Amino acid sequence: MSDSMVPRKPPSKGFAKKKKNIILLSMLAPGAIWLILLRYLPMFGIVIAFQKFTIYTKNPTLLNNIIHSDWVGFKNFGFLFTTSDSWKMIRNTVGYNALWIVLGTVIAVSFAIMLSLLTKKFVAKAYQTLMFFPYFLSWVVASYFLMAFLDPTYGLINHLQKQWGIEATQWYFVSKPWPILLTVAYLWKNIGYSTVLYLAAITGIDTSQYEAASIDGANKKQQIRYITIPHLKTMIIILFIMSVGRIVNSDFGLFYQVPQNNGPLFPATQVLDTYVYRAFMATNNPGMSTAASLLQNVVGFFCVITANSIVRRIDEESSLF
Amino acid sequence: MKSDTVKIVSKRKSRINSINLPTEIGINIILGLFCLICVVPFIFVVIISFTSEESIREIGYSFTPTKWSLEAYKFAFNSSKAIWRAYFNSFFITILGTILSVLICVLYSYPLFRKDFKYRKFFTFFCFFTMLFGGGLVPTYYVSKNILGLSDNYAALIVPALFNPFNIIVMRTFFQSSVPTDIIEAAAIDGSGEYNTLFKIIVPIAKPGIATIALLNALAYWNEWYLAMLYIRTESLYPLQYLLMRTQNQIDFLTRNAAMLGSEISKLVHDLPQQNLRMALAVLIVVPIAFAYPFFQRFIISGLTIGSVKG
Repeated sequence: MSDSMVPRKPPSKGFAKKKKNIILLSMLAPGAIWLILLRYLPMFGIVIAFQKFTIYTKNPTLLNNIIHSDWVGFKNFGFLFTTSDSWKMIRNTVGYNALWIVLGTVIAVSFAIMLSLLTKKFVAKAYQTLMFFPYFLSWVVASYFLMAFLDPTYGLINHLQKQWGIEATQWYFVSKPWPILLTVAYLWKNIGYSTVLYLAAITGIDTSQYEAASIDGANKKQQIRYITIPHLKTMIIILFIMSVGRIVNSDFGLFYQVPQNNGPLFPATQVLDTYVYRAFMATNNPGMSTAASLLQNVVGFFCVITANSIVRRIDEESSLF
Repeated sequence: MKSDTVKIVSKRKSRINSINLPTEIGINIILGLFCLICVVPFIFVVIISFTSEESIREIGYSFTPTKWSLEAYKFAFNSSKAIWRAYFNSFFITILGTILSVLICVLYSYPLFRKDFKYRKFFTFFCFFTMLFGGGLVPTYYVSKNILGLSDNYAALIVPALFNPFNIIVMRTFFQSSVPTDIIEAAAIDGSGEYNTLFKIIVPIAKPGIATIALLNALAYWNEWYLAMLYIRTESLYPLQYLLMRTQNQIDFLTRNAAMLGSEISKLVHDLPQQNLRMALAVLIVVPIAFAYPFFQRFIISGLTIGSVKG
């Protein structure tokens, strides 16, 4: 109170600026500290990738473990490429991602366009609500949904197979159908979300463009081709660059929960992420696990940079950075 | 009068500029089928959870069970302490985690939106770089567990998910598109401190964006099982999702509970609902989401739309 009564000497401009920056820095502090502790500090742990990581029994702190572990150079990476299923795992990771980027984009964009075409808006709204629902569920719950159909003893499909006199498929022990099952599960959960994103972009398009086009005699097909799709281009490309950057990563929950961590399915379900987890938790090989995730990071990093620079060369506006 | 003519005009226009009937029917069939696929599995699981164990043993999981039963739910609510405990854990983690993560997100993204903040570029990069590069599972696990003490406690379920660079992008973009910078200058001239400006002026303006972030975070915390799998060993700390996951192949928590109740009851374990209990647990997890769903959808759609603007 009394402060306002006494005319204070106005602080210099430089001081005020400094003070403002310091206060804004204090706002950033909690997030920045979190980033330092949980994201930047672990980055130093990458050295484990080049070590035969052993617990230093005298005083097993993380630092001591790292200091007292032997260096093995690139041996951990070598292992990664020489084990019998490393090829399958890399093929699975990149293959599923590539397929799903294409399928996901094509289906979501077509669904969004279809929704925008419907004349009854409440019907469109109802569709949108229903298809968005699976996105809100965890893979744990979703894996139960799938199990209701595929369970070897009680599952609906197995029961029907028995009824029709066909030999029941042991879904959780045969790897062959899993590429399709995983694709269906992925699309089931994520299409609604991407559809809504694209639909939001379509609703943002100025309707007078469509009116002008229809007056000029363009039919709906031409309108979609010359107005809707060009408008969606930027968003498609941004989402594309982002998913290309994650082409060596996968949704851990999908590949771990949905096939229920079943060994016989690994040829079709093992991806780098589940490998990293299993190498660490099940077979207790931190070195190989770290090597695998370092490889993921490096490859992902270069994929983003490459995809972005290609896009920038073709169409500067659409690039991410 | 005027509205009538507008109606007629728009009607005529929509007729000129709309799709023909066969196309519309085709679209309805495609989208309708997909929507069915989206919700039928959930309905199926609800039906199984209300099916009696005998019916399941007899004809398996079916849309038309021979006998309905409330046993699974009765059992879930009366006999299993583990479920109540997990329900409490999930709600606790979701509420506390959401509050803290939203606070941290708003505090971090606000300076990034301030063009007059000296270190803006640095901290933007500082945050976004972690989306491109990281230490990976093993170093993160060791650092969290050994250095930060995130093991077998609530912190282990909350702290690792407190901050999400993607949410920072959404929030900052929301500030950019909804908060006029003049307001901040005006507030500063009026002598408002930075924190005061943020919480009294900016936060109320950016409410829809904050709601979006809050809902995304709440959803992430409610659906969390990975952190529990990594860091939690004590059963009383299991969140719902992890409890369900643990019962995937064995109903061990059930039998363990029965053993504690006494020997004469343990022979009843055979008659306890098992198949339908698993499904009832799945339904119990989804029910809170289903209730929150309308709010979720409305906010997330409007919030993400803005979040998708480049910048």
